[in-house]
Amino acid sequence: MPNRRHFVALATVVGREFRRVRRIWIQTIVPPAITMTLYFIIFGNLIGSRIGEMGGFTYMQFIAPGLIMMSIISNSYGNVVSSFFGSRFGKYVEEMLVSPMPNYIMLLGYMAGGLIRGLCVGVLVTLIALFFTDLRMEHPWVTLSIVLLTSMVFSLAGFVNAIYARNFDGISIIPTFVLTPLTYLGGVFYSISLLPDFWQAVSRANPILYMVNAFRYGILGVSDISIGTAYLIISGFVVLLFVFNLYLLRRGVGLRP
Amino acid sequence: MKALSLRGLKKTYDNGVEALTGIDLDVDEGDFFALLGPNGAGKTTAIGIVTSLVNKTAGSVSVFGHDLDSDREGAKTCIGLVPQEVNFNQFEKVYEILTNQAGFYGLPRPLAEERAEKHLRELKLWDKRNEIARHLSGGMKRRLMIARALVHEPPLLILDEPTAGVDIEIRRSMWEFMKDINAAGTTIILTTHYLEEAESLCRNIAIIDAGTIVENDRMSRVLRKLNLETFVLDVDEPLPETLDLNGYTIRRVDDHTLEVDKPQDRSINDVFAALTERGIRVGSMRNKSNRLEELFLRMVENRENGSA
Repeated sequence: MPNRRHFVALATVVGREFRRVRRIWIQTIVPPAITMTLYFIIFGNLIGSRIGEMGGFTYMQFIAPGLIMMSIISNSYGNVVSSFFGSRFGKYVEEMLVSPMPNYIMLLGYMAGGLIRGLCVGVLVTLIALFFTDLRMEHPWVTLSIVLLTSMVFSLAGFVNAIYARNFDGISIIPTFVLTPLTYLGGVFYSISLLPDFWQAVSRANPILYMVNAFRYGILGVSDISIGTAYLIISGFVVLLFVFNLYLLRRGVGLRP
Repeated sequence: MKALSLRGLKKTYDNGVEALTGIDLDVDEGDFFALLGPNGAGKTTAIGIVTSLVNKTAGSVSVFGHDLDSDREGAKTCIGLVPQEVNFNQFEKVYEILTNQAGFYGLPRPLAEERAEKHLRELKLWDKRNEIARHLSGGMKRRLMIARALVHEPPLLILDEPTAGVDIEIRRSMWEFMKDINAAGTTIILTTHYLEEAESLCRNIAIIDAGTIVENDRMSRVLRKLNLETFVLDVDEPLPETLDLNGYTIRRVDDHTLEVDKPQDRSINDVFAALTERGIRVGSMRNKSNRLEELFLRMVENRENGSA
């Protein structure tokens, strides 16, 4: 059962993660802001003006939710994978391993770190998007809950990656070869209704499609997929990854020989 | 009460190396205990298991009556660890490292701050509290790890080679500090390569070799097992070419240096008396080698010969 000591330990891990994000803000906050500004200028403004409407909205409006979600995904993941791998690499993960803090508290702390960075970047990218287009929030609770759940999924996925990574290459392989392609093919830049039936079916196997579309539904009120299915899939991933991480921590995979 | 109790502790690594063969060990509350052994003997593995940094293969660990399997939090709360290698975030500030560690142990913030100040002052690091840890000297980093291990004020402090690589002055001051906290009631387990350190600080000792405890007794009793000790005497006048000290084996190292083997049943006073009789004045005297080191080497050699 959680007790007061556990809450103190959780607050300590979260505080440390928050200070890390703040300390290296030039690496954590600035790059996504620059990248997304370029996306808005090039894809939204220059190319988008020639594409015309998509799903009843201007192309800029259509891609804005996808780009916000893309930055939340990559930053939640990137924060946890680099922070936790860094603690393994520098051996200071041992500070937590020798302490009486339960594994789930440590995991929640890192997940919160991923949420903090994901949300900070998400808010910043949203503000940048507002320079280029009008965005209304059609379903605020859907928007907020999908952001939180998606950020949790990728924070937890980053934790798995950090546990298995043996070197710095190991923390960049998954984002480069798995995360980026899935994000680009997850309906950020297009509606899957434009695809032939076969590729639509293939796209539906991509979990990021559900996150991007559910978030787009929250902002614009349109989606290629059912929102209920999206909640089910995203929540399922949260539970699955949380339990899997607890199993890895209990076994000491990558932490205790 | 036993501060630490190990029963049948066994560790076989994934590569098949058997680091611990099933050791039993007890450390009493309030003890200053030395765990010695050559490199790869299993000391760090044993400490790693006790501090939850290594998974055990079999056996049990109990810390102040808290079983590490059934009451992990209780057992971990009782231990403070000073590891062999630096294992704090080198980009954090000194003060932050301590308050974070206190937080991991569940100490509320005001208490964490109070303890951080207390232990940083004790370890003479208070002036460095706002420094980034990687800017500290090697000795300061060691002291920081001791302060960190004490921040939750554990009844059992485990130090794994705490004075390795620090200069003699800092080493001496760390010895004094360890003596003081032991006198104040903290049980200390020390592993060290400086056998002089173990001999002068510890009351009880276990020697571990190839994953097995080969000796576990009071330090004084272990040292008594040595039946011969060698002293090096520096004399003021040149030594005669031939010299006979009745009952003692002697070696003339040079004109002013003499080595004397002293059996345990004889007194060193007899050596001085015999030399004085011959008009030789002793200017200074020292042990040729550390007594414990000699015993330790002999044990390990015997074991190797026995197994060959």
